Amino acid sequence: MTIPFDNNVTTQTMLEGTTAEIKPREALRINPAKTCQPIGAMYAALGLHGCMPHSHGSQGCCAYHRSALTRHFKEPAIATTSSFTEGASVFGGLANLTQALSNIFTIYNPEIVAVHTTCLSEVIGDDIPMMIRKATEDGTIPNGKYVIHANTPSFVGSHVTGFANMTTAMVRYLAEKRVHRPFQLNLIPGFIDPADIRELKRIVAEMGIRAVVFPDTSGVLDLPQDGRYRMFPHGGATIEDLKSTGESTSTIALGHFTSHPAATELDEKCGVGCAFLELPIGMTETDRFIHALRNYGNVDVPATIGEERGRLLDAMSDMHQYFHKKRVAVAGDPDHVIALTQFLSDLDMKPAYVITGSPGNHFEQRVRDILKDQAPEAVVKQNADLFALHQWIKNAPVDLIIGNTYCKYIARAEKIPFVRFGFPVLDRMGHRYFPCVGYMGALRLMEKMNDAMLDHKDRECADEYFELIQ
Amino acid sequence: MNETTGIVAAPDPNAVREEMLKIYPPKTRKKRAKQILSNDPEAPPEIAANTRTIPGIISQRGCTYAGCRGVVMGPIYDLLQITHGPVGCGFYAWMTRRNLARLKPGEVNYMQYCMNTDMQEDQIIFGGEKKLRQAIKEAYEIFHPKAIAILATCPVGLIGDDIHTIARQMKEELGINVMAFSCEGYKGVSQSAGHHIANNGVFKNIIGLDDTPDQAEFTMNILGEYNIGGDAWEIDTLLRKCGVHVTSTLSGDVSYDQVKKSHTVQLNGVMCHRSINYIADMMEKKFGIPWIKVNFIGAEAAKKTLRKIARFFDSKKLTDRVEEVIMREMLALKPVQDEIWARCQGKTAALFVGGSRAHHYQELFRDIGMETVSAGYEFAHRDDYEGRRVLPTIKVDADSRNIEELHVEPDPARFKPTRTPEQMAALEAGGFSFRDYQGMMAEMKKQTLIIDDISHHEIEKLIEIYKPDIIGSGIKDKFVIEKMGVPCKQLHSYDYSGPYAAFTGAANFYREVDRMVNTKIWKFITPIWEKEPQLTASLVHPSRGNGAGKNGESKSWRRPAAAVPAGDPE
Repeated sequence: MTIPFDNNVTTQTMLEGTTAEIKPREALRINPAKTCQPIGAMYAALGLHGCMPHSHGSQGCCAYHRSALTRHFKEPAIATTSSFTEGASVFGGLANLTQALSNIFTIYNPEIVAVHTTCLSEVIGDDIPMMIRKATEDGTIPNGKYVIHANTPSFVGSHVTGFANMTTAMVRYLAEKRVHRPFQLNLIPGFIDPADIRELKRIVAEMGIRAVVFPDTSGVLDLPQDGRYRMFPHGGATIEDLKSTGESTSTIALGHFTSHPAATELDEKCGVGCAFLELPIGMTETDRFIHALRNYGNVDVPATIGEERGRLLDAMSDMHQYFHKKRVAVAGDPDHVIALTQFLSDLDMKPAYVITGSPGNHFEQRVRDILKDQAPEAVVKQNADLFALHQWIKNAPVDLIIGNTYCKYIARAEKIPFVRFGFPVLDRMGHRYFPCVGYMGALRLMEKMNDAMLDHKDRECADEYFELIQ
Repeated sequence: MNETTGIVAAPDPNAVREEMLKIYPPKTRKKRAKQILSNDPEAPPEIAANTRTIPGIISQRGCTYAGCRGVVMGPIYDLLQITHGPVGCGFYAWMTRRNLARLKPGEVNYMQYCMNTDMQEDQIIFGGEKKLRQAIKEAYEIFHPKAIAILATCPVGLIGDDIHTIARQMKEELGINVMAFSCEGYKGVSQSAGHHIANNGVFKNIIGLDDTPDQAEFTMNILGEYNIGGDAWEIDTLLRKCGVHVTSTLSGDVSYDQVKKSHTVQLNGVMCHRSINYIADMMEKKFGIPWIKVNFIGAEAAKKTLRKIARFFDSKKLTDRVEEVIMREMLALKPVQDEIWARCQGKTAALFVGGSRAHHYQELFRDIGMETVSAGYEFAHRDDYEGRRVLPTIKVDADSRNIEELHVEPDPARFKPTRTPEQMAALEAGGFSFRDYQGMMAEMKKQTLIIDDISHHEIEKLIEIYKPDIIGSGIKDKFVIEKMGVPCKQLHSYDYSGPYAAFTGAANFYREVDRMVNTKIWKFITPIWEKEPQLTASLVHPSRGNGAGKNGESKSWRRPAAAVPAGDPE
């Protein structure tokens, strides 16, 4: 396939409407760095084994979410919808949900259906627990099958909130208060890719710890090609896993925005104490994660983990000159950005703009705290958007942009090296197979940052500065 | 396979249908039975298209907002569009359809921008009008666009924000065109309702604002062409070679100014009948521009279309040019077509997509000897299956009645038919057809399987039974299908390749299909050790280096005894 590269194009048409002059803006969101709650809920639900996520609203929501998830993971993202029409919007969605449940259990036979709401069903005030109760009473939900729900209004929070709400719903509906068993931990990994969850499970196993991981999309959204399609593949946390979270000695929850609410719920419901950590991205946060595993799991850190750490540290010192004091713009989901900012700080970089589209003051406090010595002048903002970020960059440029695929338009317009990170990544493949968490993930992130900056230099520098060795 | 003839017996479509339906609960079965049919091209059976999607069934369909904002309005690249609602809808429609645009200096491509009111709980409770008004003002202050469109999402209709009044007021206040679209997602039964709403809005608010015609002898619009992967550019180039000028392509690589004068052409050509026939009809009624169905997908289809256009313009010069262009294009295309025909002929395809592509793309497969064994649309109506002759018999149900039908009268000053009734009658007498679409069924073989709004379950069954060599579908099914070892071509995005339109695009498609159906990739699915029985006897190499394990056994490579060829010196 030939792609027409036209070298004679002189018209710059990349985000041409964006200027350095910043005019006041209160109502208009331009180029959001977030999306709506239901997609997060759908993704979380896919981390339950045998689960059919169900979108209670117009079918367009479900179509959009499935498409977005599929484009990010390049895997089937299965979900059903109540397919509201105008009539359902007026009279309520009870009939639609009941019919949907009947079809879902008859045709696709999942173990569990995880219903999330949409702005439509929230605005008309559909009472989902009542509807589930009715469906249970009239036999629409077969014996032994489960239906859980989370309220995920699109006009509150962001996709991150939706993920947290569905994860919390898993605890609320399924966790059972039981006698604590020694040596089982819960691990709530947050809104991360299957490759990341797989890596966290590897680390936990390497440490000799038994853990219930939920939601767990590894083995669901990273399936091998073997010529067979399975709607409900082997992966995902089982209902029994979820029930047994109440037996665990403690919970390790990664990420204030995505995982801490479920951990808190679990503590309140079943009295399972919790370690509240950030996502283990980079040196400091992975150290904290390993340290917590060691303390809560009551194990020694094996030499193999120490070696991984040592290799990361070795690379950090080898590459330090290329990172030191480099100005970086970071955009993404709050838990990701908080942890990444810490890593950039570990590398002695200078985060200049650190934004998330999701609302939450905790984000700003936490990032400012991380940067208070390193880069106190950094612009840190929650509930921000990529248009604002681009304008700031136009006023004072950066050496590197890190964010989701939408940031590539800014990178191209301003000719700045760019590393794809977070959700969604729509145009590259690595995130589907290689983690960014743990020491090995940190190595990969470093490699990507280093490559992006050195590739840029190799492409743009004057011939006399084009060097063989770096 | 029949041993003597080598012909694969086609599955019995009625048996397949029963197999697909049997798992469904009674109510679902009853409804789906009207949407899964065995085809008869002579007498197309009635299909229950454009009816409600069954909750819980897993459909491909999207919503009215997607059809309006994403499909029809989105590609008007310098029309600033603000989605009124929570952040999600605008976000998902942001650059996810692949409408390419090539800008002229000084223009801004608003397709790269996602603008919305990011509606919060406060606005849901107290109304979002104030925020929308403010958002429009801010957009104007920052970008100074030529025009602004407001697009509604579900909550807007429910809380009763009056976006049309706001548009009218802002139009006066800002002195630019501001228009609103009530394309709430819950309206209609699919994105099709959104196409209609967008057609109405474009017709009411943009078309006809500029009466200056483009200076060319033969002028036309291409309607229902979205420039996915550059298709519109291929069509445009082809027509230019023939001497026909395209004023406006709705909607692909088109500017607001081009749309304004699209009523100044002599002819409208309709590619995607489903999404744009409304505008074609309304332009004929109001301005007297006749429309014909065109199709540039596939070499044979493109030839027919070019000749049809030449007949319409009735010019010897144009007719000769068209024949010359066809000859030249085919001279370049034929070797590619022949080469790929040899590798692809006899293979089968199934197409489940859109409102026209599941029909049009059959032409491309036919060009390389491939048969479409089953097809269906995602959101089309009966006329797209059975032909426009059924239009008078289509019952308007409650869902369709909610979508406005504009009443259009001839424009007192500007209704100037480009062909007299006598000229049109003469053409028709010679077999030429205006405002006609025969639909998909007339062009598909008898006993092929037609499936409207196919469900996930039905796709799985279809693959099991028909085992097609390739499926054309969308992003949501693509990896389901490929996990089953069948290559799937996304016919919304072309999997980021293309263009596929016109003769040049056809060559791209042939090569792409050849790549997909003849790749080695799928042959790797079963590893050798699952194909061959395990052999227990093995040769153990006594020692290679220090390969001896703890128990004295060798850890080194073992070769199965049977794999050692007789007389191997080793």
